[in-house]
Amino acid sequence: MDLDKLTALELAEKIKQHQIGVLDGVKYVFDNIEKKDPKVHAYLETWKKEAFTRAKQVEKGIADGTYTGPLAGVPIAIKDNICIRGKKTTCASKILENFVPTYNAEVIDRLEKAGLVIIGKTNMDEFAMGSTTETSAFGVTRNPWNTDHVPGGSSGGSCAAVAAGETFLALGSDTGGSIRQPSSFCGVTGLKPTYGTVSRYGLIAYASSLDQIGPVGRDTADCAALLEIIAGHDSKDSTSIDRKDTDFSKDMKGHLLGMKFGVPKEYLSEGLDPEVKESFMNALKVLTAQGSIVEFFSVKTMEYMIPAYYIIASAEASSNLERFDGVKYGYRAEGCTELHDMYKRTRTEGFGEEVKRRIMLGSFVLSSGYYDAYYLKALKTKALIRQEFDSAFHKYDVLLAPAAPYTAPKIGESLKDPLAMYLGDIYTVAVNLCGLPGITVPCGTDKKGLPIGIQMIGDCFMEKKILRAAVNFEAGRGAFPLAAEGGKKA
Amino acid sequence: MKQYETVIGLEVHVELATKTKIFCGCSTEFGGAPNTHTCPVCTGMPGSLPVLNRQVVEFALKAGIAANCRINQYCRFDRKNYFYPDNPQNYQISQLYLPICQDGWVEIETSAGKKKIRIHEMHMEEDAGKLIHDEWEDCSLVDYNRSGVPLIEIVSEPDMRSAEEVIAYLEKLRCMMQYLGVSDCKLQEGSMRADVNLSVREVGSETFGTRTEMKNLNSFKAIARAIDGERERQIELLEMGRAVVQETRRWDDNKESSHAMRSKEDAKDYRYFPDPDLLPVHISDEWIARLKASQPELREEKQQRYQEEYGLSAYDAGLLTESRILSEKYEETADLCGNPKKAANWFMVEVLRLMKDRGLEPEQVTFTPGHLADLIQMVERKEVSAQNAKKVFEKVFEEDIDPVSYIEEHGLKIVEDTGLLEETLQKILEENPGPLQELLGGKEKVFGFFVGKMMKELKGKASPDAVREALTKEIEKRK
Repeated sequence: MDLDKLTALELAEKIKQHQIGVLDGVKYVFDNIEKKDPKVHAYLETWKKEAFTRAKQVEKGIADGTYTGPLAGVPIAIKDNICIRGKKTTCASKILENFVPTYNAEVIDRLEKAGLVIIGKTNMDEFAMGSTTETSAFGVTRNPWNTDHVPGGSSGGSCAAVAAGETFLALGSDTGGSIRQPSSFCGVTGLKPTYGTVSRYGLIAYASSLDQIGPVGRDTADCAALLEIIAGHDSKDSTSIDRKDTDFSKDMKGHLLGMKFGVPKEYLSEGLDPEVKESFMNALKVLTAQGSIVEFFSVKTMEYMIPAYYIIASAEASSNLERFDGVKYGYRAEGCTELHDMYKRTRTEGFGEEVKRRIMLGSFVLSSGYYDAYYLKALKTKALIRQEFDSAFHKYDVLLAPAAPYTAPKIGESLKDPLAMYLGDIYTVAVNLCGLPGITVPCGTDKKGLPIGIQMIGDCFMEKKILRAAVNFEAGRGAFPLAAEGGKKA
Repeated sequence: MKQYETVIGLEVHVELATKTKIFCGCSTEFGGAPNTHTCPVCTGMPGSLPVLNRQVVEFALKAGIAANCRINQYCRFDRKNYFYPDNPQNYQISQLYLPICQDGWVEIETSAGKKKIRIHEMHMEEDAGKLIHDEWEDCSLVDYNRSGVPLIEIVSEPDMRSAEEVIAYLEKLRCMMQYLGVSDCKLQEGSMRADVNLSVREVGSETFGTRTEMKNLNSFKAIARAIDGERERQIELLEMGRAVVQETRRWDDNKESSHAMRSKEDAKDYRYFPDPDLLPVHISDEWIARLKASQPELREEKQQRYQEEYGLSAYDAGLLTESRILSEKYEETADLCGNPKKAANWFMVEVLRLMKDRGLEPEQVTFTPGHLADLIQMVERKEVSAQNAKKVFEKVFEEDIDPVSYIEEHGLKIVEDTGLLEETLQKILEENPGPLQELLGGKEKVFGFFVGKMMKELKGKASPDAVREALTKEIEKRK
């Protein structure tokens, strides 16, 4: 059986039909890891033996009716900023290189209850700060489509692992596009849920008001099924919402007749790579061919999205990352003589450049005398952006946008100019500022053979609309393969 | 010599008496082996998140309502960022921009009369852990048991002018919190702490002088000493033509002096901002109305009622209501024995004396009010002498014995039949023929001598009245 062609849902179905064993899926994944990961480096850690043991236990659990869910028996990879009891959780940072939590993130408990098999922790930008997975303290992850290129970030490890067949499913986190942009670069499907849909308990915070955990998979249905498992109210997270409509897989197949799509026309002006634009315009045709309506509209706040995002995210990050001080856990600089010396050296040695840059930026915008001019202004800007999106959703069911202005850049190109890298987040950050759900679905490749994704954005709690749009888009688009081994060369 | 006026404002931290911490389910119990009342949340583990304990809001509201504050029905938590190992996240969750209560006042009474002290605000926040310095190992250890214990910080306006007013204000707050049941306010356990902001100015001046903030004040006495010390220090500086520096000072009560901790120039920038992990708190009109309706009787109301219902003097009513716990014991005793005045005497004389002798706090007094009520009734029915009753009460106070059976068992009950009384009387008269002759001869002073002898012999088993009556009859007979 060619497992490359199966989605997670299909794999789980075949497991239930006894056409394939849980262990077979896990073995397939580890074969790919052993073959490809030395080059791709999607994982920071895997646990083969434990995964095999767990596979057998899940096999039994499926047989005796313990696990009845639609994804029971499916292997899944976890981004390394999500805590798993007894497993190193590093955020790809030296400062947490030996940190082992004594507790599970809420999503991990939910995955275990649903009978998924967790196989390892994936690489990421340090503390999810970056757009290429190059800021990891433990080496870059390479794009499985072409290993000279980055997989995007910050959930680059999770997306690369899915693209390389090194897992069926993965969890990522998205603060400013960290699921949707690498999904686009790696040719996989990734979804950022409405803020509050998935518990953040056990997700090591980057920017608390923007962070959401979300699914990465081979197609939309897989993402919907995984989201259904991880979504739900959690009393341990005050920002968690008690939603009744978390049956995301339902109603996905409905047609698109009369559905109204809006495209911000400013998103298609300067800065957008022509090949990406062409692919995106073709995707619009796939949607209109199914009887939906696509219209262009104007977004006036576009130039303020990146500044507002980086001020708010960095401000929260500067505070969230204060706890990493060498006192309680993680890295501590050696030979320190007094407390402040220890703090300074631990954090100087423990954090990477990009993290330090954002801590400095965030501390600055919160400091007295600058708070009103920067932080408060950014919050007001956020409210204006939200207003614009609100009025857009009065007219449209779903907004469409590219996921990134270009395809995956070459390794080593992006970090030279951080500001240019920040500008690459232009199509994704507003979704987080407004708490909206967004999904990226592959829509083509460029001449170099690198994937391009289309982003579908819904109003808050309107996951079902974007899932319906995405499923129908996939049907019109046709099959999209996993990354060819070694990557396609131009 | 110029005349100076002291201007004082207080920041008082009160630990709330919730069972669990402000943002997690850990116990707030005092003591406990280090780091046993902790979890990922209150030790600042990565990925943990705070969840607000509703009881904390309720307690803060009760305090705010009692102190006549305006309630911010939309309030929020902010992060106060600073690095210190007792603060596991390196930020403290507190309230800066929208505190729960603002603009209140309490009334204090000093020798100069009554005065209103305005309250600027009350806000909720979390306590920090405790650093333990191990000098032998040359290292410091952290105990996070206190980390996350809920506090309210009560910030007064600079309305106090003397140590006496400050102490009266603190006692007022403590009494109020205890009556509300929101805090036990034990200074020695740190559940009530005060920082003193003090400046001096020439009498008649309209503007404030430069103030200092004094920390590390662990008792009312230390606070009074620190205020006097700081006042003198500032006046001395001004008299020498020097300026007071705005700074934070640490009081050393052993040396009775303070030293500067940090000046305004190196004051920290706490980079306060709204905590994104917590939602704003909406306080409904119904919630406030319900709390107002269920607010317990506070001291002033109780004092008034004691005067009206029990007929006590203002002074007695004041003394009896100083502590809520004692006043409740008193009321129960008064109601059970049906004699509020007698009960009041017992509390003000015997209970307070025994507490003072044994150095007990009101919450350490554990006797059953019914036992004291029984004892009071027995005295009233002349079944036990007042003297013996006091001795029996010591037993009640210490061991909470049942006085009725105790008096019975120890033969302290005043004898009803006159057999013993008659027998003793005859014996005493026989043993003292000289005084008897004098008494028969009309020397009335000797009457007291015989009563004394009788009482001593009877060891309180007869009341002085009964003795007097029997003696009078016998003398009449013999005349």
